[in-house]
Amino acid sequence: MKILVPIKRVADPNNANKVKVAPDGSSVTSEGLEWKLNPFDEWSLEAALRLTENAADKSRVGEVVLVSIGPSDATQTIRQGLAMGAERAIRVEGDDAQLDAWQVANVLAAVAKKEEPDLIVMGKQVVDGDSNVVPQYVAELLGWPALNYAQLLKLSADGKTIAAQRELDTGVETLEVDGPAVITCADRILHPQAVKNGVTPDDFAYPVAEGGRYASLKGIMQAKKKPIAEMSMADLGVDAAASVQYIAFELPPARSGNTVFVESVDELVQKLHTDAKVL
Amino acid sequence: MTDILVVAELYEGKNRKTTLSAVAFARQVAEATSGAFDILSIGEGANAAAQELAGFGARKILETEIAGGYVAENLAATVAGAAKGYGVVVAAGTAYGKDLLSRAAGKLAAGVAPDISAVRVDGGELVYTRPMYAGNVIATMKVTTPIQFVTVRQTDFEAAAASGGSSPIEKFAAQADEVAKRLRFGSLESVKSERPELTEADVIVAGGRALKSEDNFKNVIDPLADALGAAVGASRAACDAGYVAADLQIGQTGKLVAPKLYLAIGISGAIQHLAGMKGSKVIVAINKDKEAPIAQVADYFFVADLFDAVPALTEAVKKLATAG
Repeated sequence: MKILVPIKRVADPNNANKVKVAPDGSSVTSEGLEWKLNPFDEWSLEAALRLTENAADKSRVGEVVLVSIGPSDATQTIRQGLAMGAERAIRVEGDDAQLDAWQVANVLAAVAKKEEPDLIVMGKQVVDGDSNVVPQYVAELLGWPALNYAQLLKLSADGKTIAAQRELDTGVETLEVDGPAVITCADRILHPQAVKNGVTPDDFAYPVAEGGRYASLKGIMQAKKKPIAEMSMADLGVDAAASVQYIAFELPPARSGNTVFVESVDELVQKLHTDAKVL
Repeated sequence: MTDILVVAELYEGKNRKTTLSAVAFARQVAEATSGAFDILSIGEGANAAAQELAGFGARKILETEIAGGYVAENLAATVAGAAKGYGVVVAAGTAYGKDLLSRAAGKLAAGVAPDISAVRVDGGELVYTRPMYAGNVIATMKVTTPIQFVTVRQTDFEAAAASGGSSPIEKFAAQADEVAKRLRFGSLESVKSERPELTEADVIVAGGRALKSEDNFKNVIDPLADALGAAVGASRAACDAGYVAADLQIGQTGKLVAPKLYLAIGISGAIQHLAGMKGSKVIVAINKDKEAPIAQVADYFFVADLFDAVPALTEAVKKLATAG
């Protein structure tokens, strides 16, 4: 099984309230914030690694290929993904802050046509743009089904069909998808038994974690030697025009007023009743 | 003049209230551009659902009956087919709306303005406002393709009220899509609750990791929610730990809410959680740690052990209700 995992760097999402806007409102600046792997991409990479390994003896039984669009300093983020366990990577030269969803999707679809993976497993959104559009575009461009918001994946014996559960607003949907397909992951994909590939024993439980696996020291050392192929959008034959145009950015208004610290339940109820008038 | 197509969101043969947020957007744009809006009622039970929408001022309602549970691939070709001739296609920014509209937009190489919080007309063009970076940046943007796809935040587009009249209903033929055969719907398991729905509630009681167990969540959060007639929500940590179902998660992932009163119980207030609830009118935090980031948005903060404070608050709320 070969899985393509698109990844993107984002300004440290746990400090997203520290991003700034240029004085003329033309751009967002994340200066001073560390680049991190988009959390949804990290979880998707974790799912892809689980699908392509035997967790019992820690052997690899498939290939995970990372693809990222960005300038050369995005390589640092790519190495993080390689250190987690992906086999190799592709960096497509491009301005990750400027390309829109349609352009990104065209690049990813072009890479998929070249690589012919069995699956694309990717984040449902990047936490800077917060769009949740690219996976569906990619699937449409490839003529593949898209399984958004997966929380459970179980690979069939022949590796061609996936039995899945996904999170919708109205509940948990159970469905089956025939590959090749695009899959995006919900938070619950990190559950110790959320991914079953038929190689790792079915009763195996991964450790409880809030994110993807940590890179081991060995993984970090190996990542330095793993290949990162570099190419341009022109190499891929992609010249898609943008479909949206961002005009300006501003910081949101702060919540008015200060926090009132109350000393007792009675005081809280009285304040909610008399001052805020919400009880 | 911009004509708008609203894609209704059906669940168990009825419209979800989310549909009316998309109608609110459509009315606003139609009015501002002297255009008109139509509604596409699509899915299982589309006819009955179309009739529910007849009194909201649509020029007409298109109805496409497609049996089976929700998968975007079953519906997207029809949505894309119906979209031709419209300037804007809109749905609510729910999992359904984002999944379906992005797929349909892809078929038309059309741009998407996702999860918008406002729209205005500027020089004859639609300009959208949308939060990014977990709500820490507000962007204004345009869609530059001939047909624009939009999903709207329910928290910012209040459900449209019925306006009378009776929109004519026309059948619209379903369009087949080969790729749909590669996805097979099995079942949809919903947690049924007597409580108000999270995205529609005036009051929300939300619990976090500090509840420590599913039983505690039930025994501490539920009685307060019941006393307040509130919906129950949760942080990602509480959902991940299995204290409550994942569809109660509030945040950047999960649901966006903006009730009149939001009680954050044992929720530290990670940026990702704040992104989903900081539009609430009044926010109350009950937490042992007064330095918790939830303080950045809380109007009232009770520094206390939730296991003492919440049952006492439940009793006090009941007493207040009895006192009238």
